[in-house]
Amino acid sequence: MTTPHRAVYIVDGARTPFLKMRGQPGALSASDLAVQAGRALLARFSFPPSALDEVILGCMIPSADEANIARVVALRLGCGKTVPAWTVQRNCASGMQAIDSAARNIMLGKSDLVLAGGTEAMSRAPLLWNASMVSWLAGLSASKTVFQKLKKIAQFRPSYLSPVAALLRGLTDPVVNLSMGQTAENVAHRFHINRTQMDEYAVLSHQRVMQAAEKKYFSEIVPVFDNKGNYFTADDGVRPDSSVEKLATLKPFFDKKWGNVTPGNSSQITDGAAILLLASSDAVEEYRLPVLAKITDIHWAGLNPAEMGLGPVHATVPLLKKNGLDRHDIDYWEINEAFAAQVLGCVAAFEDSPYCHELGLAAPFGKIDLERLNVDGGAIAMGHPVGASGARIILHLAHVLKREHGKRGVATICIGGGQGGSALIENVSGGAAS
Amino acid sequence: MKHYHHWRLENAPDAIAWLYFDKEHATVNTMDAEVMEELSLILDFVATHPDYKGLVIASAKKQGFIAGADIAQFDQFEDATEAARLLRQGQQIFQKIENLKIPTVAMIKGFCLGGGLELALSCRYRVAEEGIKTRLGLPEVKLGIHPGWGGTVRLPRLIGLFPAMNLMLGGHLLSAKAALKCGLVDAVVPERHLVGAATYYASQTAAPRPFSKINQLLNISKVRSVVASGLRKKVRAKASPQHYPAPFQLIDNWEELGLMDPTCFQQEAETCGKLFFTDASRNLVRAFFLQERLKGLAKQSTFSPEHIHVIGAGTMGGDIAAWCALSGMRVTLQDREAKFIAPAIARAFTLFKEKLKEPHLIQKAMDRLMPDPEGLGVSKADVIIEAIFENLDAKQALFKSLEQHAKPNAILATNTSSIPLDEINTVMESPQRLVGIHFFNPVAKMLLIEIVEGERTAGTVTDKAIAFARKIDKLPLPVKSSPGFLVNRILMPYLLESVAMLDEGIPAEAIDKAMTDFGMPMGPITLADVVGLDICLSVAEHLGKYFDAPIPDQLLRLVGEKKLGKKTGEGFYRYSKSGAQIKPKQSAPFQKPLSTLSDRLVARLLEESEKCLAEGVVTDTDLLDAGMIFGTGFAPFRGGPMHYLKSK
Repeated sequence: MTTPHRAVYIVDGARTPFLKMRGQPGALSASDLAVQAGRALLARFSFPPSALDEVILGCMIPSADEANIARVVALRLGCGKTVPAWTVQRNCASGMQAIDSAARNIMLGKSDLVLAGGTEAMSRAPLLWNASMVSWLAGLSASKTVFQKLKKIAQFRPSYLSPVAALLRGLTDPVVNLSMGQTAENVAHRFHINRTQMDEYAVLSHQRVMQAAEKKYFSEIVPVFDNKGNYFTADDGVRPDSSVEKLATLKPFFDKKWGNVTPGNSSQITDGAAILLLASSDAVEEYRLPVLAKITDIHWAGLNPAEMGLGPVHATVPLLKKNGLDRHDIDYWEINEAFAAQVLGCVAAFEDSPYCHELGLAAPFGKIDLERLNVDGGAIAMGHPVGASGARIILHLAHVLKREHGKRGVATICIGGGQGGSALIENVSGGAAS
Repeated sequence: MKHYHHWRLENAPDAIAWLYFDKEHATVNTMDAEVMEELSLILDFVATHPDYKGLVIASAKKQGFIAGADIAQFDQFEDATEAARLLRQGQQIFQKIENLKIPTVAMIKGFCLGGGLELALSCRYRVAEEGIKTRLGLPEVKLGIHPGWGGTVRLPRLIGLFPAMNLMLGGHLLSAKAALKCGLVDAVVPERHLVGAATYYASQTAAPRPFSKINQLLNISKVRSVVASGLRKKVRAKASPQHYPAPFQLIDNWEELGLMDPTCFQQEAETCGKLFFTDASRNLVRAFFLQERLKGLAKQSTFSPEHIHVIGAGTMGGDIAAWCALSGMRVTLQDREAKFIAPAIARAFTLFKEKLKEPHLIQKAMDRLMPDPEGLGVSKADVIIEAIFENLDAKQALFKSLEQHAKPNAILATNTSSIPLDEINTVMESPQRLVGIHFFNPVAKMLLIEIVEGERTAGTVTDKAIAFARKIDKLPLPVKSSPGFLVNRILMPYLLESVAMLDEGIPAEAIDKAMTDFGMPMGPITLADVVGLDICLSVAEHLGKYFDAPIPDQLLRLVGEKKLGKKTGEGFYRYSKSGAQIKPKQSAPFQKPLSTLSDRLVARLLEESEKCLAEGVVTDTDLLDAGMIFGTGFAPFRGGPMHYLKSK
């Protein structure tokens, strides 16, 4: 960027365990999840919640009781009436959008201390009445006489009762009429990624999450509690027994029969929240805050919705270019694992000459070493609560950089509807803010 | 218009008179002779001014409508006849309200109790604010009397006999919502519509509600006697007529006269007047003032804690945390792992559901209660309460660390029931910071908290702990840190004596019956089972180190057999799965009068009470009585152990 702007720091962050949908609404709502993560995060600092300048959350399917869920969460966190809060949506990158929005306001000097992140209770996505049912109900309530009412009742058809699952519709692109899984099939087709490669990648994700959990690398997880005495301390979608052989037995879900994308090599449908505390250097100084990382830049890009999984390539190439960096400057990568096919597709696209050429690069971007990509696993094993994932990968990348003494990292995410978001962060955990 | 000390009469442009009750030199409206005299004059004035089209009676105080009659006046009557005469006068003043030709409205926000509700009942309409603080009721029986300003007649006339008897016999209070449901109030509105609603009713010219069919039926005296015996049976299950005559008198009055007899009011005044002079009423009023005294202990302090940190999420710690959150504080609850905290969170949810009812209020309370396995709350809390297991080394290590990390002005408190503070604080750099805040189980039900002072505890710290107790609406009792403090110290020898009686072959039911007859809420054998025999044994062993208290064989045997009381399904008694006590098979009946048993047990209790006083565990007899009444439920109608001893 050419205009001078203020530095943005990630002070700290917390997330809930990611809780896999198990056929019924989960124990906690999206705001419950965000409150429990945010509450534990704020408890680490001496400033009162009212010191925050604003609260920004990403969330795609808040419940009917959670209009402008960020405000609901801010009030529930005890921020008080004077702290403004707003909710952002950029589909699968809503959590990253919240961090971008917070970062911009800090850069511009509008805010100094912001709570930002995302939350989603996908298991609580509603079932809706279908259009026939809605118009029948409207007709019924408009009927005045008993005769009219009886007539209307006689018109009822059982098919009216068939519900519309908001979740499934939400995971379908209305413009190109493809489910997200089908867009992943497109990416796989384009870069010749076969079923075995996808399944191998999925197994790797599970193994990495398990190993990282064993080594206590997920320090950003805080336990959550429901009202019935249940508690959750770790992501529960990880399968220790996952293997290529087992995954091979699963049937393709999106393109039935002929496809390669299965539930086993896709991200899981999961509830969770990830919340970060962002600060300007003024706030860091005022409240004597520790710093974890610096958000250098976040870039957004659009592409063909039918290949939305390649979004990270479209967002990352210009991001690094305008910051004068290339592949070698990046120590660690997080590419959100919506689908194994899509992560592998991105890796392939980064190496693909014609594809990179289209993005304005003279030479291919180059190979991203798997040893530096999603080193502690990803959404295939831990789940993808769409509002939260973008925030989760930025937070975790910051922890990876700190642990491995890396300098720079990129966290990038594909977005349903054909977009990509990419965040460039820098490790500053070693010393004072500069 | 004349100037009054306690009332303000204002005119609204629509010819409605607004009568504000604003008792001089008081924060809360209570009714005494002067207040009533002025009210009488005002009502005469309103009655003779034909311009008025309606009258609204409201409170000018920040909190509450009217708390009732001024209880301090209760012991100023010469005799029952004078009391009855004064009550009759009060009735006649309220009758003036009822006699007004114009519509009258009581506009109720906050508490509306006793005489306050009787005033409201003499209005044609009542509108109430919907908030959680609005509470209506006739709790007179809790002071050993029944309503005496027409409440026993007007309430059943208005809402029907059964709901009215229910309310008066139990002395419990209704929320605004419940009051609307039973017809006690005509409208329940948010504050923004309160004046509008009152104005609306004050402009209504419709006739008052007709007398209900069921009340007409109950007007037949034969029907009444059947119903009355049913009511008596119900009350007797909870209180005996010897100990608590008031509710039975109330039923007698109704059985005799019904609700339409012209002498109903006269009768009410006379029997109420007599009740004032019963021991039960005298002692219950005493208990009321003892409670006021404990409440007043916090008056000097401005300490206003907002964040409470509780360490140890077991039964006590978890329930203390939940209670504090319910009282509006931010609470962090620490234990080693999430799994130890989760059950406490579930219990808190159950408590909040019961107390708060509204989902958004429950959620707010849940949000205030944060599980804190990392102990993040330590450095932020205003009060830190330790409720870990009873181990001196563990507690010492904990307080040593707390002292380092807590805010310099935070209160450091232990909920220990057995370890002397002066042993814990030896490792502390500032031993004066440590105070005991000793809750009783179950936390949500027990009113009393012992505020325990060690030799080194600073007075300012004790004062803050007392203030904290009031902030969470408990009764603080300052006690010296001597073994067992006050309540357990006195209770334990009494319990052990009762178990020793078992060893002598006296049946458990006889022992329990003797003490419930005396007026204890629960017999000692049952109490031991409820507390848990393991806990009894450990307290007994602990106290045995300091005092001569042989441990009865039965207790040792049962604990050895892991029969620990109600929680394990068997102790001295056996319990069903639902926790109900199973009646033991008929053992040999106890031949001697039960009073021989209660005399012996009470003597043990009194003996220990006197020792506590002699040792200065509490500073005076009233505090001791207060502690035993509110900490153990010691027969309140007897005024506390020391009062009982004196009056024997």
